[in-house]
Amino acid sequence: MRSSLISNRSLLILLAALLAPAMQVFAESRFVTENSEAASLKSCVAPTDQMRRNHMDYLQHGRDDTVLDGIRGIDYSLSECIDCHASKNPQGQAVSVTDEGQFCQACHEYVAVSPACFQCHRTTPDTQAGAAKLGHHSGDSDPHEGLDIQLPAGIQRD
Amino acid sequence: MSNKCDQPNMDRRKMIGGAIAATGAMTIAPGVILHAASVSDEASSGADAKHRWGMLIDSNKCADGCSACVDACNTEHGLKGHGRPATDAVWIRPVKLKDKQTGRENRLVMMCQHCEHPPCVDVCPTNASFKRVDGIVLVDRHRCIGCRYCMMACPYKARSFIHEALTEQSVNAPRGKGCVESCTLCVHRVDDGVMQTACQEACAEEGHAAILFGDLNDPNSEISKTLKSTNSVQIRADLELNTGVRYLNL
Repeated sequence: MRSSLISNRSLLILLAALLAPAMQVFAESRFVTENSEAASLKSCVAPTDQMRRNHMDYLQHGRDDTVLDGIRGIDYSLSECIDCHASKNPQGQAVSVTDEGQFCQACHEYVAVSPACFQCHRTTPDTQAGAAKLGHHSGDSDPHEGLDIQLPAGIQRD
Repeated sequence: MSNKCDQPNMDRRKMIGGAIAATGAMTIAPGVILHAASVSDEASSGADAKHRWGMLIDSNKCADGCSACVDACNTEHGLKGHGRPATDAVWIRPVKLKDKQTGRENRLVMMCQHCEHPPCVDVCPTNASFKRVDGIVLVDRHRCIGCRYCMMACPYKARSFIHEALTEQSVNAPRGKGCVESCTLCVHRVDDGVMQTACQEACAEEGHAAILFGDLNDPNSEISKTLKSTNSVQIRADLELNTGVRYLNL
């Protein structure tokens, strides 16, 4: 009896030891689509694990700030998510983030959620004139700079 | 038990609210700091109650046959028609008035009048229609259920309902099927500190300059000075909505 308990426990420890590196790899894995601006950046506006878990809350908070109080240029802005995460096809045209296998769709499909964001919000970067005025993080400055965020151990930011 | 006033006692509310705010500020202080830190330096500070944005439209300068303001509005907000004038979204529309006795014709543009006491806000069952602190009347599409009570309530026929599923909207105005919408007074520009609406810009470029946008609360703004020195009117002033959009030479 005692010996079987020991063997069970050692089996568990062995399993945990085997799984730990795999979990670590999973935790540090990234999902960004090829040919998107995000693919060239080390992390999102917050650490990846936080963004994965909380992006919907950040967006909801930001949307209320913007719609009700007129606060623009927030860090968690859906239009900037799309500017950064939309990939480009070989012809150089932006691909919708809700297309099969694209950034938003792939994960939402996996977790079986259907957010209503894209009933109103566009799914590709807006390149029309006037859109640039809204993009407070225009080209020359790094949107990830100056953010007081703690990165997980082992992840360096440029 | 005579009830002298049917209004709630606002002092009492203020006191209770103040107490809640005081305790709340202490307990959620770390959260508040976190929120402040998450907003970048470049974020605009948002709507300010010291402004009241409004517009003055000079009917004499509104040229017959011109649609520059309508086109500019459509481009700015990504409004595209489906060739169905009865249901296509219209945020600003030219109207011609004719006095049958004298034959005098007036042309003006009609849009959301950004009332101080907006009937659309009164009737909205979900609080989707709301008035910002700076007087701009908007629809929060996250809350709008598309019941269209506001369209019925608006005396100016200023609102449109989106009947079709949309894609490739403008980031200036995210919009989708099943929501009501109307002129936002180019709120995205106002928030960015661009004190000129798309329609005003287009009208000036056409050389008419019939539209003047500005702060009604600022006595030194051009709109306030013009309102002070000229005889402007509100449309349906009898409704006492105190519109933010006024008209000259009507």
